[in-house]
Amino acid sequence: MNESVVLDGVVKTHGPIVAVDHVSLSIQSGEFFSILGPSGSGKTTVLRLIAGLDRPDQGEIVIQQRIVTSDSPHERPVNMVFQHYALFPHMSVFDNVAFGLKMRGERPSNIQKAVGHMLALVRLQGKEKRLPGQLSGGEQQRVALARALVNRPVVLLLDEPLAALDQQLRQEMQGELKRLQREVKATFICVTHQQDEALMLSDRVAVMHGGKLLQVGTPQEIYEQPVSSTVARFIGLSNLLSGTITRFEDGLCWVEHEGLSPVVVKCPPQGPSQGAVTVMIRPERLHVSAEVSVNGYDNTLPAVVNQCVFNGNEVLYHVRLRNEAIWMARVPITEAQGCPLTVGQPVFLQWSAHEGLALPTHPAPL
Amino acid sequence: MSSAFPVKLSLLSAGIFLGLFFLVPLLLIFGVSLASRGMYGGLAWIATSENYQRLLDPLVGTIFLRSFLFAGLTTMVCAAVGFPLAYCMARASRQWQLLLLILVMIPFWTNFLVRTYAWVLIFRADGILNTLLMRLGLLEEPLSMLFTDVSVFVGLVYGYLPFMVLPLVVAIERISPQLEEAAFDLYASMGAMFRHVLLPLSKPGFIAGGVLVFIPSLGAFITPYLLGGGQKMMLGTLIQQEFLVSRDWPFGSALSFGLMGTVLLLWFLLGRTSYGRDSS
Repeated sequence: MNESVVLDGVVKTHGPIVAVDHVSLSIQSGEFFSILGPSGSGKTTVLRLIAGLDRPDQGEIVIQQRIVTSDSPHERPVNMVFQHYALFPHMSVFDNVAFGLKMRGERPSNIQKAVGHMLALVRLQGKEKRLPGQLSGGEQQRVALARALVNRPVVLLLDEPLAALDQQLRQEMQGELKRLQREVKATFICVTHQQDEALMLSDRVAVMHGGKLLQVGTPQEIYEQPVSSTVARFIGLSNLLSGTITRFEDGLCWVEHEGLSPVVVKCPPQGPSQGAVTVMIRPERLHVSAEVSVNGYDNTLPAVVNQCVFNGNEVLYHVRLRNEAIWMARVPITEAQGCPLTVGQPVFLQWSAHEGLALPTHPAPL
Repeated sequence: MSSAFPVKLSLLSAGIFLGLFFLVPLLLIFGVSLASRGMYGGLAWIATSENYQRLLDPLVGTIFLRSFLFAGLTTMVCAAVGFPLAYCMARASRQWQLLLLILVMIPFWTNFLVRTYAWVLIFRADGILNTLLMRLGLLEEPLSMLFTDVSVFVGLVYGYLPFMVLPLVVAIERISPQLEEAAFDLYASMGAMFRHVLLPLSKPGFIAGGVLVFIPSLGAFITPYLLGGGQKMMLGTLIQQEFLVSRDWPFGSALSFGLMGTVLLLWFLLGRTSYGRDSS
């Protein structure tokens, strides 16, 4: 597969703030790539740099083997779907979608055909004459997609595409986005702060924080092998515990914590083998019971049930460890039972060594 | 409804105020416009339509035409000069915006008459502009700039520019900068973005500003009088002359109503075009 977009050591500052700090990325063509991060992490700036709406202070941007670092937005084979869609309020749906083609000087007959085809693709036939203000949020979103995609961009940039939609519409549009991407075969680069969105939609995810790229990988890699506690904290629920490695052997390490008995977890080969670490265990990997199970778990920590949240198909226990840390444990509901363990009840948390992961407390920058 | 009473009350007070100080004088003037001129410049209450017939005099027509031309040109130049300024103000940071707003407002703290006199000092034969141009060796002898169409025109644009800028700032501020970026992302050049996005979306500002500039400059009196020397008549100066110099109140009143009627007619016609319609 060839590279669609490459960022090489890109830096962008806004006054004293470093919005994007030496980011290098390579996005394959046809990929659905998400940039995930909290607000202010610089993810939108990365998108704007690719679109050409901002210019980097340092570094190069390559799109389709061509250096575009100093090219204007209209010289780049990319189009953007803006966060609040930025539809032209005084133009009809048709004119909005036709705008890019008109600006490029396409013939009216071609425009007519291309816009009609694109509106059919996003299922907006019959609404050509409406003004954006007369459309629902979901429909506006589709117009924004059609307006960008009708230009047949090599790369489609999406800035928080689903943030303005309500929960049900969001799920619908997620499927819609995947379908559209398959049909137009363009590279989609999507910026979002919704981790579930990024995990569900993307072929690969980049996690950003404070202008820096923390990790790039498939959703599964990011979820199961986060490179740092920051990434772990951002993707899914995670239980974290900081401590010190006392022993390292065969990819496993023994970690000591203040106020708790030592635990043994996986130490990935590229991860830390000594010193301060953060231990991470996902809530669904914990076994919670009133009595110590003899099923060969490597770790056992005593705790007290603090809260029990019933979610329909699972129960989420909030438990308090001896060191006052609150952990979460996810237990699927197998039989008709609400919260079998009651609040205030002493319980044992158990897990095998390979279910936990030792993460560097101070990760090396990517 | 609990709010019904105060609303009615405030409507009533506004109604009384406008009725007393706006409608009654207007009706008085209308009455005067139908009266005759007395022997010694007084009023003779003899009903006549003669004053309105005199409006059809070609001389009056020329003055009407010149006034409309000046007002129209003033409005257009104010729009052309005002838009870039308004755009900068609308897109500036909060502090800059405040500063620019104060700068635009500062002239209002001084009397308009005094400010117009300042232009006399600039345009005079021994004025600032002529002196400067001669010192620079660009002129051999002073150019007569005062009492020309140009000096009147400059004075009008100067006087009414803020009334164009302020509504435009409000209109442009409501246009999301993202729309401009979207246009650029969709291959628009600077000019195309301006034509297809900024200009149509600033329309409410242009209309409000246009009305605020066009109507006062149509009836402007001080500027054509001081900077035009009263040589080339404009409607404002003509009306002033009828009332105060010729002491022909009935004809002056008829001129005022003719002016008002023409403006209302234009306003009505503008409303029928698509430009006026979808902006309301």
